[in-house]
Parts: sequence; C-alpha cells; structure tokens
Amino acid sequence: MKKKAFTWLALLMLMAGLALSGCSSSSSDSANGGKSGDGKIHLKFMHDWPKGSSTAYYNLVEEIIKDYEAKHPNVVIDVEVLNPDQYRDKLKVLAASNELPDVGLTWSNGFAEPYATGGQFAPLNDIIEKEFKDQFVPGTVEAYTFNGKSYALPMEMNITYIFYNKEIFKKYGLQEPKTFEDLKNIGKTLIKHGVIPATVGSKDGWPASMWFMYLADRIGGPTILTDVIQGKVKMSDPAIVKAAKEVQNLVDMGFFVKGNTAFSNDDAKGYFLNEKAAMFLTATWELPNFTTSPDVPQEFKDKVGYFKFPLYEGGKGTDINSYVGGPGLGAFVAENSKHKEQAKDFAVYLVKEWGKRSVEGAGILPATKVNTEGLNVPKMYLDVLHDINNATNITTWFDTQASPNVSELHHDLMTALFGKQITPEEFAKQHDEALAEEANK
Amino acid sequence: MKNVMSNKTAIILYVLPSLLLVLFLIYIPIVLTGYYGLMDWSGVGQMKFIGLENYKKLVHDQLFWESTWHSVLLALFSVLSLIGYLIVSLLLASKLKGANLFRKIYIIPMLMSSVAIAQLWMKIFDPMNGLINSLLSMIGVKETPLWLADPQMALYSVFIPIVWQYAGFYIIIMYAALINVPQELIEAARIDGANAFQIAYKIKVPLISGVLKVLVILAVVGSLKYFDLIYVMTGGGPGHATEVIASYMYKEAFGKFNFGYGSAIGFGLLILSMGATWVIQKMLRVNQG
Repeated sequence: MKKKAFTWLALLMLMAGLALSGCSSSSSDSANGGKSGDGKIHLKFMHDWPKGSSTAYYNLVEEIIKDYEAKHPNVVIDVEVLNPDQYRDKLKVLAASNELPDVGLTWSNGFAEPYATGGQFAPLNDIIEKEFKDQFVPGTVEAYTFNGKSYALPMEMNITYIFYNKEIFKKYGLQEPKTFEDLKNIGKTLIKHGVIPATVGSKDGWPASMWFMYLADRIGGPTILTDVIQGKVKMSDPAIVKAAKEVQNLVDMGFFVKGNTAFSNDDAKGYFLNEKAAMFLTATWELPNFTTSPDVPQEFKDKVGYFKFPLYEGGKGTDINSYVGGPGLGAFVAENSKHKEQAKDFAVYLVKEWGKRSVEGAGILPATKVNTEGLNVPKMYLDVLHDINNATNITTWFDTQASPNVSELHHDLMTALFGKQITPEEFAKQHDEALAEEANK
Repeated sequence: MKNVMSNKTAIILYVLPSLLLVLFLIYIPIVLTGYYGLMDWSGVGQMKFIGLENYKKLVHDQLFWESTWHSVLLALFSVLSLIGYLIVSLLLASKLKGANLFRKIYIIPMLMSSVAIAQLWMKIFDPMNGLINSLLSMIGVKETPLWLADPQMALYSVFIPIVWQYAGFYIIIMYAALINVPQELIEAARIDGANAFQIAYKIKVPLISGVLKVLVILAVVGSLKYFDLIYVMTGGGPGHATEVIASYMYKEAFGKFNFGYGSAIGFGLLILSMGATWVIQKMLRVNQG
C-alpha cells in the first residue's frame, strides 16, 4: 500500500515537472496538428506572443490565422509560439541551419540586419509598394531597410512611458513629476512608507536600459544616443556618463525593486500588476494589459495612469515630447521558403488585418496608420495615439540601433550597472571599445 | 566465438555502423568546430578565413578566463559534493530504516527537466517573496540576502540547485556499487571487531574506488561543460558573475553573432575537458600506488 502511494506521488511530481517545463518551452498548435502529406500547403509561422503573457496579441494572431485558413482551404498555417528570449535564440539557430519558418517576426535595425544582409529574409519592396502604399507610419519601413531593400512588414510602433498606480500616488499625496528631482522625491516618499517606487527587470538588460536611455536623452539631448551609434559622439561623453551615474543614484536610494538584477521583465511586471510597486517604465506594447486585456482585473486597469519621462534640470533635452521607442516587430518572409509566394500572401494578409483589428479589438498600436474617428477605444489608447502624433522626436532604442554584438554587450553592461558591478566610467569605456571594434570591421 | 574474433571482415562489419555514427555525430563536428574557429563568421553570412586570430584573442580574453574560473569552481564544488553523496549512499546501502523512501526522494530531481528545476529554484531564491527569504524574515533577519541578484553570491547560489539536481544520479550509481560489495567481507570484518565507520572507510569505499574514479571524471567534465540551469536562471549574470564557459560560448555565437569566436571558445572547452580528464586519471593512478 505504502509503495503504491509513493508511486502516485512520484508520478504527480513528474507531471508537475512536465507541466512546469511546458510553460516555458515551445508549444505548437495548428488546425490539424501539423501533419503533412494531406496535399495542402503548410506554412510555418513563428511568433513570440505566448498565450499567458501576451494574451491580446496571441488571440488576435490566432483569429487572423483562422480567417486566413478559412479563405484559403488549401493552406495550413503551422504556428509555433515561444517567449521572446527563446524566440530570439531559436531564430538564430534556425537561421544558422537555413531553416527559418516561412513567415516569422523580427525586430528592427541591428537585430534584423545580419539576417537581411545574410540572405535569410526575402526582400519585400514589391509588395510594400503594391499593397501598402503610404499605409505605414513614417520611419517604420526604414527600420527594416538595408542597402535599399526592405525586409519586413512593420507591425508595431512603440514609445515608452512611466506607467504608475494612481491609487498609490493618491494615498501618499503624490503628483505626476515634472522634473527628475520630483521623481526622486516621489521615490523618497514611497520608500519611507515601505512601497517599492519602481519595478524593473534588469536581468534582461533591455528594460533597465530604458531608464538609462531616457536619462541620456534628457541630460545630453535627444540625438545623443543615435550620435553614439553613428560614431559622432563617444559613450564616454560627460552627459552619458552622468546619465549612467544617475541610474546608479536611483539604485543607491532603493528606487527599484530589490534583487532586480535577477528579474526578467515578466518577473518585474508582476510587481506592478500586483500593486507592490508604484511605477513601471515600459513601452506601449503593455497597453492591452492596462486597457483591454480580460486577464487583468478592471479594478486594476482603472488605477493605471502614465506620464512622460520628466525633464532633467539643466539638461539639454528640454522637450518632454521627445520619446524613446521605435518600431518593434515586423513580419518577414524566409528567402528559402518553399512556398514563397504563398508566404508573402499570408504575411500581407496578417499585417493588413493586424492594422485593422488591433486597435479596436486589442488595444495594440500597429505600425499602419490608424483612423480613430468613430472608434470605441479606451481613453488611454487615444491619449497615446495623440502623443505619438505630436512627438517631436522618437529615439529608436539604443540596443535596437546597435549591432547584435554591441547590443548584447549593452544588455550585460546594463545589468552590471544596476547591480553596481561597474562604475559609470567603466560602463562607457567598454561600450566605446566595442563600438570602435565594430567600426574597424 | 573464436571464429568471429579472427575474421577481420566480420569485425569490420560489426564495428563499422557504430564507428560511422560516432564519426559523423561526434568527431567530424569537433573537427568542424575547430575549423570554424579559424573563421570570421556571423553564422548566417559569408565566412572569412582569419587564421588563428580567434584563438589568439581567446588567450587574452579576460572574460573567457573568468568564466573558466567559474567552471573550475563548479567542478571543485561538484567533486566535494561527491563526498556528501558517498556518505548518503553508505547510509542508504546499510540496512537503515526508511532507506527505501529516502532513495526515492533523492532520485526525484532526476525526473525533472532542467528548465523546470531552474524555474522552481528561481522562485525559491526570489529576494522579495522567495521561500528562503520569507523564512529568514520570519525568524527575524532584517537584511535578507539577494541570492541570484547579488554578484558576490549568485555563483554559489546557482551551484546549490545543480548539486541538488545531480544528487540522485550519483547516489544511484554509488548505491548500486555498494550493494555489490560482498556481504562475507563485511561480516568477516564485523567479527574481527570493526565498527560501522571502519567497515565503510576500510572496506566499502576501497572496493568501489573504480566507480568513484569514474564519477569524479564525470563530475569534472560535466561541470566544465555545464550550461542549462545557469543559462535559464541567471543568463550568466548579473554582469558576468555566473558566466561559465558554455554560457559564454553561447552568448558569443548566438547572442553576438560571432560564430567563429564562439567555435573557438567551444574548442577551448574541449581541450580543457580533455586536459582535466587526463590530469585526474594521472592523479588517481598515482594515489593508488
């Protein structure tokens, strides 16, 4: 009897283990289980919006795929879903073995460049010209263009804000900050009351980098990071080093959630969603979570507000309508696809429908132009759209602009900066060395 | 039997299939890795031959040596934990009450995938809501450690789940060896007045020393090329505090698109592992006299 109970226990543990690992590994689902040999064209499509953490995106994509399959009975879309970090890794492995999915998603600029110039992505100028004339928000197509050829259909346009919990702010009599000094004071008040001022997942590097990028923008002016990429300014410019120093000042005062160098962006987001942290600097791809997502309680959604990153006294960036952001994902078609024409057709359908449905259905900002007249959408969404239209500058994320080499280093160094493992000077120096090495190539 | 052994064609015929498999799946990739190490290659574009540049860079790469040091530390840690495993296996192999249950408990981590283990331990180590820190604050500790987020502590923190993960594997092998120790020897020793400790130290352990040596080599080589748990839990960070050779290689090859340099690191890892195996074999043989 005892033995039997134990067998059951072991079996249960095993299943728990499997379930746990299932959460984070890839899962594929398709209309017919992905069997081939049924005489149909099978298109492989990979995206990085898992059901759990990007519900709105996941459902929207599922819907579009179903409709496409309904309209094209001879086509089956085999979908593979991974979380973003695994997606990045898998894409590289697939590219190295010439086995990219027929259609997939890619980030812009530095991320896409090796694939595009390495002949992995198919040029899409013809269909952009034919199907999407003047439909994309300016600057998005260019982000995927190399040597005059465009390699992806843009799907997203994002800018970054500090989202905050209005209720917590009200409780302690806090106002949206106008200056960086205000922001620090908010932090001091919150810390005094035992509330975590801001959450950040600095293990991943890129969420941490948003703080740094904004500070660089506000202290050194809106073009400074782009200038670094183009070799006009060095990372060791006093303004940038100062920005890195301010990041560490925030860390020192306990502004960020404790232990954030071990948190991924998702881990960190939990602190904001569970109302343990008052602020979360992130991009507009989180909008569905704060507006339409059925997974987030309405009560919480009502509490979320946002403000633009405050200005820095004496800094060169004096315009609060200068943002850090950029085009996010775009859809690519693999150059080696066996069904290239069909894949292109699907990509066009996907991006077009995405633009049409994302606004009202999901509260997602697409890279295609949006006509909001007569639309029933949440107010925060309209406000953001208004902001984007009135933006004086959108600095594309430094790590997106940089080559993969520099970008990876940047992420590591950001984690180290937040973990106080390096000084701001060393942080700048290592960037400069990597950029110089890149320039010599 | 004798016929087969003297028939050369038969020998070749029997050995060939597995030889081909080993050749194509192991040796040729190794040679190719060494070859790619001579290239400046992004993994997707054109290869450019640059001779020994990557290997020269490797020798002067501070980060490579840092991650090597971390891998070596892990190897030392694993070998030390073998002593712990040995003690546990000795207890389990003696007629201890409840040994059967414990044996199963130790094996369970083996059934879980590394990613699941990583997720589990990340929750345990969570500085705010994690199991350990919750317990610590319950007993009144004010400044609870940051574990994985603390650069000084992160490396040792990831060692713990690794040791936990492999405990079952080593214990099961040691246990299997121990129960094969002839009972007559033990009984004879007992009649001569040896106590349990003496029996373990003077009879059981020497008798399974062959197995133990193999386990030491497995632990060292396994540690040097260790990757998955560390990659999932910390990604080598914070900074490079938990970077090991394999994670560094992965970052260079797949993170930075330096396939050539990544291959060079991989080749370096191979040489280190072979070197370590050779040294251990020499050392253990000398000890035996």
